[in-house]
Amino acid sequence: MSDPSPWAIEAEGLGKKYRGGWALRDCSFRLPAGHICALVGPNGAGKSTFLGTATRLVEPTTGTLKLFGVPVSDPAVLSRVAFLAQDKPLYPRFTVAETLRLGRELNPRWDQALAERIVRSGSVSLDARVGTLSGGQRTRVAFALAFGKRPELLLLDEPMSDLDPLARHELSGLLLAEAAEHGTTVLMSSHMLSELEVMCDYLLVLAEGRLRMAGQTEELVPAHLLVTGVAEGGDGVPEELRRRHTVIESRVTGRQFSALIRPGGPVGDGWETLAPSMEEVLLAYLRSPEAPGLIADEARVGGPGEAAA
Amino acid sequence: MSVVEFRIDRRSGVATYLQIVQQVQQALRLGILVEGDRLPTAAQVAATTKVNPNTTLKAYRELEREGLVEPRPGLGTFVSRTLARPTSAADDRLREELRTWMGRAHTEGLDREDVRALLNSVLQERYPDA
Repeated sequence: MSDPSPWAIEAEGLGKKYRGGWALRDCSFRLPAGHICALVGPNGAGKSTFLGTATRLVEPTTGTLKLFGVPVSDPAVLSRVAFLAQDKPLYPRFTVAETLRLGRELNPRWDQALAERIVRSGSVSLDARVGTLSGGQRTRVAFALAFGKRPELLLLDEPMSDLDPLARHELSGLLLAEAAEHGTTVLMSSHMLSELEVMCDYLLVLAEGRLRMAGQTEELVPAHLLVTGVAEGGDGVPEELRRRHTVIESRVTGRQFSALIRPGGPVGDGWETLAPSMEEVLLAYLRSPEAPGLIADEARVGGPGEAAA
Repeated sequence: MSVVEFRIDRRSGVATYLQIVQQVQQALRLGILVEGDRLPTAAQVAATTKVNPNTTLKAYRELEREGLVEPRPGLGTFVSRTLARPTSAADDRLREELRTWMGRAHTEGLDREDVRALLNSVLQERYPDA
């Protein structure tokens, strides 16, 4: 225990079954500490269920989950993790100062100066009642509470979804700057794919309860190509392309096909190729839940980087 | 107080860290950044442009590898070399020759894109991408 684990999150065979079926199934990956990681997937893909298992709000049906090498079932984990739910639950009748006092009384490692600085830098009055604040100000107070705890891992469920563009810009900057300042690992679920592209350097993609992609952005995104050319055969995608590469998604327009592929080698000269954006890669995977997933070696439990046992 | 602000073009297709590297190089060439200047911290860049802090640090490592900046622990990352070159008589002469050349291209009926394509192809010939 003296040597801190390099993995902020390690999930192995994690699954959760509700009466309606599996919300999360056979989920195995690890997230190295220090990353800003995006958790992406359509509604109902299992994102909130996963965040629930990491915060002990949901008990997994199968598998294990460790945070910094400690099983989530161990209460010792709680002081190292902060979670901000999507509706940012705060007591509306508390003042901002009282809200921070709550944080101070409940958290042994509380950093009052940090929490007050975050609140003040948004010109939110400490005497204001939380119920009277704007959405952006409330989120700021919630961030102050989360960072004041001095967590090593910060879990956020769609933190910016209810904010106007100005507040979103300001608070995204605040989130990244504070995470950089304190070396906090961040895992945030979001639907704002284009924004995630610059903010996040690690990706977890869920669809239909299964993990579709995991790894560093700069490894996952360049592993794909957008290919266009003359349509052939049944579904328009030339047989040769399908044989030599992994086709994630394809469509045909008139006599032209376009496909997002994971090249298995050099792509022939007959086709136009383009490097896709992260958003294009994510959309292709989300639209094609049956396409083979991509888990980077580093993100595999037992993959390279772990001391050989 | 930092002396530069990075602008990230998300549609350019150029990796974000590379955009930061290129903007620092450009600022050095133009003399916007000079030896001894401190680059913004990863947290400052994140606060203004929402760029992932690890991306900024990667760009700074690349600049360090090129010998353009050096990290001073606890203080920040500082410019260690200046790329700005005083404009010389040769520059003026070359510019004049290029102006004449473009005048000819215009007379020959080449439009803006034709000229650009021609310039790029010769540029690529002479100064191939690394």
